[in-house]
Amino acid sequence: MSLMNHPTTTMKDNTTIRPDFALISQWVKPQAKVLDLGCGDGELLTHLHRQHDIRGYGVEKDDKNWLTAMENGVDVLQMDLESGLSGFEDQSFDTVILSQTLQAMHNTEGIVKEMLRVGREAIVTFPNFGYWRNRTQILFGQMPVSKTLPYEWYNTPNVHLCTIHDFDAFCQNHDIEIIERKVITEGNMVNFMPNLLGNLAMYRLHKKQI
Amino acid sequence: MSENNSVGLVAPLSAHFDVPLTLKSGEVLPQFHLTYETYGELNADKSNAVLVCHALSGNHHVAGKYKETDKSAGWWDNLVGPGRPLDTNKFFVIGVNNLGGCHGSSGPSNTNPATDRPYSATFPVVTVEDWVNSQARLMDYLGIEQLAAVIGGSLGGMQALQWSIAFPDRIRHALVIASAPNLTAQNMAFNEVARQAIITDPEFHGGDYYNHGVVPRRGLRIARMLGHITYLSDDVMGAKFGRKLRDGTIKYSFDVEFEMESYLRYQGDKFAGEFDANTYLRMTRALDYFDPALPHGGNLSAALANVKSKFLVVSFTSDWRFSPARSKEIVKALLDNEISVRYAEVTAAHGHDAFLMPDPHYHAIMRSYLAKIKV
Repeated sequence: MSLMNHPTTTMKDNTTIRPDFALISQWVKPQAKVLDLGCGDGELLTHLHRQHDIRGYGVEKDDKNWLTAMENGVDVLQMDLESGLSGFEDQSFDTVILSQTLQAMHNTEGIVKEMLRVGREAIVTFPNFGYWRNRTQILFGQMPVSKTLPYEWYNTPNVHLCTIHDFDAFCQNHDIEIIERKVITEGNMVNFMPNLLGNLAMYRLHKKQI
Repeated sequence: MSENNSVGLVAPLSAHFDVPLTLKSGEVLPQFHLTYETYGELNADKSNAVLVCHALSGNHHVAGKYKETDKSAGWWDNLVGPGRPLDTNKFFVIGVNNLGGCHGSSGPSNTNPATDRPYSATFPVVTVEDWVNSQARLMDYLGIEQLAAVIGGSLGGMQALQWSIAFPDRIRHALVIASAPNLTAQNMAFNEVARQAIITDPEFHGGDYYNHGVVPRRGLRIARMLGHITYLSDDVMGAKFGRKLRDGTIKYSFDVEFEMESYLRYQGDKFAGEFDANTYLRMTRALDYFDPALPHGGNLSAALANVKSKFLVVSFTSDWRFSPARSKEIVKALLDNEISVRYAEVTAAHGHDAFLMPDPHYHAIMRSYLAKIKV
């Protein structure tokens, strides 16, 4: 499920890749077993396979995306994430990825828990609702519409938007350890006041050892 | 689907096997023959062969017609042909009538060469494993070392799965459609009612009805009527028949009054006229007995540990006899073994029968998967 338009970066081998995918790639180990939830047309898995020779599976609900992903050579499974990941064994993947899909999920809390059950690590990315342009639009009295949130309030699939602060607190309350966090705007890293200046948040997570 | 994408006129072939086949039950078939059909050309290195396995009431006649005037073509004609999803310009497609069948292969209604009388009730109870072993013999006979793919829906899907387990080096792709790793108790219960309808028909004669010059039509008819209810979804039956009356009025009788009754009786009569009751008993038993996880303590993942082929698994949302949940069990076991698998859950109204319908998305999946297979 791809919910926004993306700038792309040209890679060494002349292929272009979305900057968020390029960053996710840095968090995936060579030959890792990877599960991409809401894999869309399979672009990320194809990239990870090329970069890291990973063993990947994708989950995609939409018929059209599913077919495209399969045509792109991805092992894609048509399942609804809202009903959890019961078809996957505990700790059976090195990395489970949820790329810009969290905000469109109803069972948000459940899916993050499931990701950390199935994967040793999880990567979650989402559009930061705290980004200043969103705040400005609300200040002027309207729901934000932007490149990262390209929908009107009445047709948006996004039901659980959150800010970086919100997600930090969520992790804190759910015994989730943030291994690493990166925030970007238009493909550039944001280190200063990320909750205000960043429009895409990327988290590398695992379960807190208690 | 245009006529000119048809495989055209076809003819069945027969292969005889003299080397005894030991069945799962322990019984031995000293000799047997299989009736089969082929479509397309086997390529020089024999790498383009695809076996299509049939379900409960199917046979080797997968595609095409025997003569121009045939009312209908083979049972999966919409899938198989030049330019169709299972493209006969690329693949050499084989359809085979399973052992115990009633369309040419050795079965209860055939003459037993040892006695010169029909096998009837003496024909052994055959299993999915036995079928796959006999199909492998047919591949030997055709000089095919490795199949590009084995495809099947329902009971046919079980055979595709069994191929990947029994002959991991002889199959590159398994397409398991609307199937399950075993039957649920409810599913077996339908089979038991069907068998009871046949066995308790006074004209069954312990399976020896051939020698009495009769056929247990009533039993077979009821068995098929029951089957038909389970192959359709409630929604499709509602849309097709609803509560429509055939003559517009209620007659306070037990004759055919509702359209649905008329349909079921028609299907039952048609089937009873062309299918063998002893075969029906054996096909349903093969369904009941299939359970590759059983020797592994119910662990399907362990049962698939030696599988090498890649998989396409397809289920249909309204199929309650072989529900998507059952297909997902197969998918999970494949994932546990890190086997390449694609799984599609097709939104379809037609229930279990959907796997035989030319739904555009379903056929796009089949077309696209099969097009990627290297031959």
